[in-house]
Amino acid sequence: MENKLKLEIVTPYGLAFSEEVDEVVASGSEGEFGVLPDHIPFFTTLKVGMLIYKKGAETGYFFVNWGYAEIGPDKILVLADSAEKAEDIDVERAIEAKKRAEERLKKAEKFDQARSIASLERAISRSQVAAKTQVK
Amino acid sequence: MATLRDIKKRIKAVQNTQKITKAMKMVAAAKLRKVQTRMFELRPYAEKMNTVLLDLARGAEKDVHPLLAARPRKIVEVVVISADRGLCGAFNTNILKAAQDHINHLKKEGFKISISTIGKKSVDYFKRREFPVRKLWTGLSGSIIFTDVQEIANNIKENYINRTIDEVTLIYNEFKSMIAQKISIVKLLPLAPIEEVEEESALKSMGPHFIYEPSMQEIFNRLIPKNVDIQIYRALLESSAAEEAARMSAMENATQNCDEMVDKLTLQFNKARQAGITRELMDIVGGVEALK
Repeated sequence: MENKLKLEIVTPYGLAFSEEVDEVVASGSEGEFGVLPDHIPFFTTLKVGMLIYKKGAETGYFFVNWGYAEIGPDKILVLADSAEKAEDIDVERAIEAKKRAEERLKKAEKFDQARSIASLERAISRSQVAAKTQVK
Repeated sequence: MATLRDIKKRIKAVQNTQKITKAMKMVAAAKLRKVQTRMFELRPYAEKMNTVLLDLARGAEKDVHPLLAARPRKIVEVVVISADRGLCGAFNTNILKAAQDHINHLKKEGFKISISTIGKKSVDYFKRREFPVRKLWTGLSGSIIFTDVQEIANNIKENYINRTIDEVTLIYNEFKSMIAQKISIVKLLPLAPIEEVEEESALKSMGPHFIYEPSMQEIFNRLIPKNVDIQIYRALLESSAAEEAARMSAMENATQNCDEMVDKLTLQFNKARQAGITRELMDIVGGVEALK
């Protein structure tokens, strides 16, 4: 029997993705994990990072900015603070954001260090995800 | 009888009013479009988050998070969401009436009531009736910002955890369609227990518990407060969209009424003018007759 996973990515800005896929790889807070159909129920927090899905010969990439993933035998539901398809990422903006974050870190202002690190993380991850599509 | 000038003045006045109601309708339509898209975007997220949480709450012990724990109800908090401004038909009246009914009902059952209000109209209502209002927020309905929502949510969560309140109910207008709002009474805290009873059968078919990563405790610590934020945020967006829709149809009606009124007054005006002409003719004819 051909088993499929229903991948749904939902953010406060709408349903970002909803399709049947074969395989999903995402970055959980404890590390990257892969999901195939008939996975045991699993719940994890997601960190800033990449989400990859495979559907037949097609491979898709998503940038996911924090969130949760609920995984059942035939579905994976991602609740993310924000998510962008690799094709939709504004690379220039990401690079810009990265520069800004690095500069702020250099100045070493203690009080928004955490914020700078977070935005740096986001920027780096965004560029990585975007790069995936451009290689092809 | 009104003179021609009086009637003309009135027609002018009604037409001016109509200009205002027309403009207000347009403004409401624009605002509605804005808030509506945000609401539709958030809806799936809010709903999914709720279901996820219910899934999780089934497998969890009840003391895993203070916001999950139901305790004997003594003080029930009612959070009423209304508009800041009027001129939106029965929008505020409906919600306040529903809130009042709900409060009376709770009182009859012997609970102590605590009231929080969002929106100027509900604040005024409860103040006028000398209900003690625990906390009030105004000036939100124009543009809802998530940080404002968090402030409200944090206040409610804190009070729940400190046991100043034992249960929280949200009362707000849900956006159904352009012409219909539905009053929605939703239990916000404690999370879940009611649904649990209803879905007892679904519970059993749900299969084994989840594996949690990093840990159940940590996930609940983050997810539950966030869910409260999102649910309040959603209620505010719904209410705001419903308000603008209500204002739109109220203003549409007002504009129509103006049209009718202008028609009626114009008829009256023409009649009066005709009567004047006839009278003048009679005078002339009478004068001619007398000269003969």
